[in-house]
Amino acid sequence: MPEQLPEPLESFEEGQAIAPTGAGGASDLATAEGETLEKTPGGPLGTGPDKKPRSLWSDAWHDLRRNPIFIISGLIIVFLVIISIWPQLIASGNPLDCDLSKAQEGPQPGHPFGFNGQGCDVYTRTVYGARASVQVGVFATLGVTILGSILGGLAGFYGGAWDGVLSRITDVFFAIPVVLGGLVLLSVVSSNTVWPVIGFMVLLGWPQLSRIARGSVITAKQNDYVQAARALGASNNRMLLRHIAPNALAPVIVVATIALGTYISLEATLSFLGVGLKPPTVSWGIDISSAAPYVRNAPQMLLWPSGALAITVLAFIMLGDAVRDALDPKLR
Amino acid sequence: MLLEVRDLHVEFHTRDGVAKAVNGVNYSVDAGETLAVLGESGSGKSVTAQAIMGILDIPPGKISGGEILFQGRDLLKLKEDERRKIRGAKMAMVFQDALSSLNPVVSVGDQLGEMFRVHKGMSRKDARAKAVELMDRVRIPAAKERVGQYPHQFSGGMRQRIMIAMALALEPELIIADEPTTALDVTVQAQVMDLLAELQRELNMGLILITHDLGVVADVADKIAVMYAGKIVEQAPVHEIYKAPAHPYTRGLLDSIPRLDQKGQELYAIKGLPPNLLAIPPGCAFNPRCPLARDRCRIEEPPLYDVTESPVKRSSACHFWKECLHG
Amino acid sequence: MGRYVIRRLLQMIPVFFGATLLIFLMVNVMGDPIAGLCGDRQCDPATAAQLEKEFGLDKPVWQQYLTYMGNVFTGDFGTAFNGQEVTELMASAFPVTIRLTIVAIFFEIVIGISLGVLTGLKRGHPVDTSVLLLTLVVISIPTFVTGLILQLLLGVEWGWIKPAVSSDAPFNELIVPGLVLASVSLAYVTRLTRTSIAENKRADYVRTAVAKGLPRHRVITRHLLRNSLIPVVTFIGTDIGALMGGAIVTERIFNIHGVGYQLYQGILRQNTQTVVGFVTVLVIVFLVANLLVDLLYAVLDPRIRYA
Repeated sequence: MPEQLPEPLESFEEGQAIAPTGAGGASDLATAEGETLEKTPGGPLGTGPDKKPRSLWSDAWHDLRRNPIFIISGLIIVFLVIISIWPQLIASGNPLDCDLSKAQEGPQPGHPFGFNGQGCDVYTRTVYGARASVQVGVFATLGVTILGSILGGLAGFYGGAWDGVLSRITDVFFAIPVVLGGLVLLSVVSSNTVWPVIGFMVLLGWPQLSRIARGSVITAKQNDYVQAARALGASNNRMLLRHIAPNALAPVIVVATIALGTYISLEATLSFLGVGLKPPTVSWGIDISSAAPYVRNAPQMLLWPSGALAITVLAFIMLGDAVRDALDPKLR
Repeated sequence: MLLEVRDLHVEFHTRDGVAKAVNGVNYSVDAGETLAVLGESGSGKSVTAQAIMGILDIPPGKISGGEILFQGRDLLKLKEDERRKIRGAKMAMVFQDALSSLNPVVSVGDQLGEMFRVHKGMSRKDARAKAVELMDRVRIPAAKERVGQYPHQFSGGMRQRIMIAMALALEPELIIADEPTTALDVTVQAQVMDLLAELQRELNMGLILITHDLGVVADVADKIAVMYAGKIVEQAPVHEIYKAPAHPYTRGLLDSIPRLDQKGQELYAIKGLPPNLLAIPPGCAFNPRCPLARDRCRIEEPPLYDVTESPVKRSSACHFWKECLHG
Repeated sequence: MGRYVIRRLLQMIPVFFGATLLIFLMVNVMGDPIAGLCGDRQCDPATAAQLEKEFGLDKPVWQQYLTYMGNVFTGDFGTAFNGQEVTELMASAFPVTIRLTIVAIFFEIVIGISLGVLTGLKRGHPVDTSVLLLTLVVISIPTFVTGLILQLLLGVEWGWIKPAVSSDAPFNELIVPGLVLASVSLAYVTRLTRTSIAENKRADYVRTAVAKGLPRHRVITRHLLRNSLIPVVTFIGTDIGALMGGAIVTERIFNIHGVGYQLYQGILRQNTQTVVGFVTVLVIVFLVANLLVDLLYAVLDPRIRYA
């Protein structure tokens, strides 16, 4: 759940100057030596701690391409996106085409995952279920990221009264348990599209991103070269776009990637509680929920959609982890 | 001899390869004697000290050869528990940055008292009294009132005094001070250095002073070892070196001290960067930066020559030490 | 220190009113507060109008909110759908959820911190890699799936536990539900502890402690742990509120009649008083827990205390 995300990015947050990098100046302590050798890409005489934006991103990309976790999770995600657009590629059946006489039957030729309580093919439904999850995850994350980084970024950049108000508003949203908010808001909605769920996630999710964006804009603003640009008379817009945004973006992207996984998980949780997506929409959450009563006789109903859900969430979290490691070698 | 390091080798295993941090270092310290170890960052001076103390991070570090004889016993052959009992009690270390080297969430009294509680098995109360005594000894005003305070409540100079007090707690035979004044204000540096030297005399301890500041060295050291790329390149009594260095690197270091009589002239700096420890140049490691370098330096690694012209024992790892000495 | 506490208390006030107002608006605007009052049938217009008057629903929302809050401060949380006082429901539900939360926090502390310390000290070791992988898997599986699977295996297949918790919910029946509730946070605690330990392990003051000749266990417990656990304690403290609010899923799976169960019923029957009342208390719990965490932080870290 988004509110339970830990804050691995504490060092990006406002003010908290955590761990000055390495031993400063002229010292040549062994640990510092070992670290530099180990962690600075491109040898011991590589870039210093104050990297320019371009080298940060290209260093990150260089690291990512060689990281098996990034490659594996990236491949899983590409696969998921493809089957969520064209599920017919790997599933020939219709997920709503059910035969009650086959209810709860186990695997058989042409139906490798068996049948569910209504006699629908579990394999087909599991494949088609990807669409709802990917849609919710992607659109909710997009909405949250855009809204959160604009509101938080401006608050961090301009400070003042708007910053104070926004901080209090974020506090208010943090005080409301997400699942409860979902139950209250969505219990009266009868649409069977994914949009109400996405809308709810954007509504309750943006404060998390805005807090991160605010913190990282404040950090970026304090960088020497931003101060220098300001002293040289760069306009606010230019500073924000050219100097601050590229640096402040890194933590936002990391948190957004991990949040994407948690939104998918949250959608399933809400569907399980009966307020998320509703049939005939095909969703892993709905299928897991409806599997509960049959769990004893037809465990396949629970296991396949749960497995698909877990792998999807895992892929996004691992991707976020890998991106974070690449962008902030200090945390490795 | 109190401490003798013989042919010590230390390497670090990193993702990019093996970094050879210390390559055959020999030096020794006697009771009451001060050895200054000089060198740039990455010269291996701190790594050698950490190897002596037994606080190297292993891995990635690895002691790949040599002996460290302390009061005749080879420390590298001791069991970890025996080694631990020597640390703090018989040899102690003063670190550069007292703020980060003291535990931020434990009061200074407890950090000092810990020495007595662990090594001497004293009660909490006795250890606290000892802590106050120590703070008095390093001249911290109002020690009794301040013993319960935390490191961040002290000034930089006071914190370094606390570090020194901690090192002296059990009156060790050997103190290793790793750039003890670098992090301090210039005005406080002399006070802290004087205090350290005074206590050393009083307790007749051996002192290894690691520094890159030649100004500090002249006042307190008996002899100097200059390190470059994990090796000792010159070793001599302190006054001999100041009179006439026998290695171009030492000469470079001396020439880069600002002097009043050279006002208006450009300050000398050794050109180039310290070598990459993953790929130390063949021949003499200093050759790419050396004004005297010639073909022999790029091929043949110089041994530590005895400087035979000197009335006292000194040595230099330069093929052309004679030239340097008279140049 | 005193001024710090007062400032934090003052900061809580707008958050408290903001959060309760938000939930009040959500329930009122989104739902039909009287829909549940006429049983399963639609209310006829006359009755509806009368009920609206009775509950003050014809007044503007802000006025309703003020009246409601006024009542709350005199201890009147209103009436639930079945005619019971909301406070009565709370008296029966909160002890159950508090017990469940205690079990969950216990697991977070004992398992989470131990695993975190172990992996932080043995970074790069196979134990570290496997625990790290395990935490990722646990984080990726939504709580309700973990709950259903554990219920299936332990409760139904192997019969180690009762699949449903009895109505008075004693501690021993809450062990597995508590573990399920804790699972995701537990994984985060492990990861957070690990990162924190691994970072502090290389700190200068740890090196000093080793140079002082302290035994390894003393270096770890007295110097490394004390510093590393500060962020972990903060996380666990803030998690208390989140766990109580998130217990709804776990309580539904194991049929535990706690806060989540009552809220679920309240939401299904669109009973404003129950929902807003329970959420108000949860918000208070969240805020108080956060305040305590801040104070605890100051106690653990003298740099904050004397700032």
